[in-house]
Amino acid sequence: MEIPYTYKPRPDTGLYNAKVGIWLFLASEIMLFGALFSSYILLRVQAPMGQWPTVAGAWPTGLLNIPIGTFNTAVLITSSVTVVLAWAALKMNNFKAFRRYMVVTLVCAFGFLGIKSYEYNEKFTHYELRLKSGEAYTGHIEVNGKHAGFWDFGSIYNLARLEKDQVAEIKFTADPPKPKPGEKHAEGAAHTHEVKTIKREDIAKLDAFILRNHTFFGIYFVITALHGLHVLGGALVLGYFAFPGASMWKRNPEQFANRIEVAGLFWHFVDLVWIFLFPVVYLL
Amino acid sequence: MSTASSHSHTAAHEHAVDHHHEPGFWQSYIFSTDHKVIGIQYGLTSLAFLMFGFILVMCMRFQLAYPGKPIPVFGPLLEAILGDTAKGGIMSGDLYNSFGAMHGTIMVFLAIVPLAFGAFGNYVTPLQIGAPDMAFPRLNMASYHLYFWGGVLMLASFFVPGGSAKSGWTSYSPLATIAEFEKPFNGQTMWLIGMVILITSSLLGAVNFITTIIQLRARGMSWMRLPFFVWAQFVTGFLLLLAFPPLEAAGVLQLADNLFHTSFFLPNGLVVSGQQLAVSGGGSPLLWQHLFWFLGHPEVYVLILPAMGVVSEIIANNTRKPLWGYKSMVYATMCIGFLSFIVWAHHMYLTGMGTKVSTFFQTTTMMISIPSVMILTALFVSLWGGSIRFNTPMLFALAFLPMFGIGGLTGLPLGFNASDIYLHDSYYVIGHFHYVVAPGTIFALLAGVYFWFPKMTGRYMNETLGKIHFWFSLIGMNLVFAPMFIQGMKGMSRRMADGGTTYFGADDIAVKLNISITHAGILLGVAQIPFIINLFMSIYNGKKVEGDNPWSATTLDWATPTPPPHGNFASEPVVYRGPYEYSVPGSKSDFLPQDKKP
Repeated sequence: MEIPYTYKPRPDTGLYNAKVGIWLFLASEIMLFGALFSSYILLRVQAPMGQWPTVAGAWPTGLLNIPIGTFNTAVLITSSVTVVLAWAALKMNNFKAFRRYMVVTLVCAFGFLGIKSYEYNEKFTHYELRLKSGEAYTGHIEVNGKHAGFWDFGSIYNLARLEKDQVAEIKFTADPPKPKPGEKHAEGAAHTHEVKTIKREDIAKLDAFILRNHTFFGIYFVITALHGLHVLGGALVLGYFAFPGASMWKRNPEQFANRIEVAGLFWHFVDLVWIFLFPVVYLL
Repeated sequence: MSTASSHSHTAAHEHAVDHHHEPGFWQSYIFSTDHKVIGIQYGLTSLAFLMFGFILVMCMRFQLAYPGKPIPVFGPLLEAILGDTAKGGIMSGDLYNSFGAMHGTIMVFLAIVPLAFGAFGNYVTPLQIGAPDMAFPRLNMASYHLYFWGGVLMLASFFVPGGSAKSGWTSYSPLATIAEFEKPFNGQTMWLIGMVILITSSLLGAVNFITTIIQLRARGMSWMRLPFFVWAQFVTGFLLLLAFPPLEAAGVLQLADNLFHTSFFLPNGLVVSGQQLAVSGGGSPLLWQHLFWFLGHPEVYVLILPAMGVVSEIIANNTRKPLWGYKSMVYATMCIGFLSFIVWAHHMYLTGMGTKVSTFFQTTTMMISIPSVMILTALFVSLWGGSIRFNTPMLFALAFLPMFGIGGLTGLPLGFNASDIYLHDSYYVIGHFHYVVAPGTIFALLAGVYFWFPKMTGRYMNETLGKIHFWFSLIGMNLVFAPMFIQGMKGMSRRMADGGTTYFGADDIAVKLNISITHAGILLGVAQIPFIINLFMSIYNGKKVEGDNPWSATTLDWATPTPPPHGNFASEPVVYRGPYEYSVPGSKSDFLPQDKKP
């Protein structure tokens, strides 16, 4: 028994099965990310005022690293181009070029994830501090003379944790105040990284830039992590096709090219999600 | 010449044997990629879940009728398995909530949808479109195994400390998060993980079904020659494909609320047992409801459309007439599919989302009743003037029509904003949707079991046992669900573990009805025993079918050998005509199969 149209297109629809399948799957993915983006909008428009110390409005903005985000966008778009070139190379019967482009795609994919994990770590070590006197800052902390390591979840502190660990005081380095638009950095004061010692009993709230801190970080981490999982999944599939799965090229070149096309469609979708994600989360 | 041909035949035979060694037990029954085996796997698993869900609700019903009394038979069992929460065989309030949430979840996501879509869809759809299998057989196997393990995870959640999910099948926030805030890994968390797995299973299934129907139709099987059952499965596939992902998103967000203490669905200043909850706040409980019901309402049509498909096949076959208004039924199904995405907030009139929003959803809700009534009317009119064969599948299919009618019509007062404000969350709602799903969908699916059983096994199910099963089920169902309308109109809330005794007093008629409902429920349970006996006995002892087409049906599923082998058709089928050419004037036999040459 053989399933018809596994790689030959069906005459009346003009499509092979996997292509119909992947478009349907992408439709469901659009609904998944669509729901998350809608949640982002709803959470943002109904966010209560005064939830974030350094922002006058209701929703914290400008907390993400825009240059790095821009660079990552470029990395992902590059990979989207190279995956098409890889497919085109197969269609032109040039397996060597195919593999070269696939390697570039994979380097971009894992580069994206590496950069993203660096960005995540920046957030895990960045803190919001509110004092009982009403002053509020963002900055970095030092507890018992130690800084947190890379992805060091054990060193994330909040007030409850300080109480539990009986930490009497922490060292805090506040971020320099943001220059207003059109204004150069304020001379002098802003550049000194003054280390303050803060007593535990003066603290009203202390927490890193992690999910529980604010719904902004919650939705940022959930969407970008889900997107990251899609990047990882896509990269694993592309990696399989580039190396062990490439043996199919000799047996059935048409079906192999179809596989690359279908995986490529998924990869473009992952790219597209990021192209929406970047302006919505970083810039707006 | 003859030597040569016999030689080549032997060679071909040897060749086939070479490559086709008999698959072992695991290959043919557990990890099979054959759509028929997967369909039967889905069928047996979902029937087992159906029975389990029924046992859960019977324990609850006993508690409602006799609050605080030890449950007979199951009480000691519950105490032995679950411990203190069922001390002395008496159901505690916590256990009632837990069983309530799990009854809903199991019946909807683990019993009815897999039975309607997974079992019948898998077994029948490829046969009816003339395909050798599903478009992605291994994906199909993966869907079943995800479903199975998602179900196992749900069942396992009874045994985690604190018990299973307790916040209703809708898992409303903030209740679902704050119920056990201190222990992040609780039954609710397992419920969410189980749901994410089940949703993934449904998504893979939906992709597979739609691709199969688009790509693998036999030659000549144009869209308007598809049996209505296939159309129903097709639209259902789109509903699952597009409605489930938002719930998956919502599930991930609520999982984050439970595990990482985010506040997606937790508002500012939430106070739990006198203490402000230690979360950042700023979220929205309404957001959960929107995301949940965006799935929840299309889900209702996922439950009902395949049932309508099954009933249409059986009615056309047993009235020996074409379906009346086949095309308008198809278009009505598409309308339902589209409209079902814009009616979800009629579940939320009481949330204070505003009268303008309510008016919009009230309007769309009234609109969606039009195509539903069209289908039902077409089926009723199809009976007109037919010489009807009253066999067991037909009895169940006929009973579906008025039962679904009652379920649908009692839904209208719930769709109106003004009357829903009174009826919301009362037993009226329970009566309404159980009429749709229990004597509606379940009857249709039972009809399907009786109807396709001869194709699956080559033997009929026993008619006498079938008729006993039917009449007692029909009586039992109505005695269970009709009194709930009265209880609801009297204002009885659906969540009271004591059956409303503290609210109405034990002498009120609404409370007394609980006792009769419980007894009718026992009758309904007993009425299923002939079915279970019939199902398993008939596999070995049932009357053998006379041929491949025992019901003299027209669709391609009856053109296969019985039971259909791997690959289904002996030769590639070609379709020459529409699906329901019964009693065609001037034709010798009273049915013309779709693959019969003109």
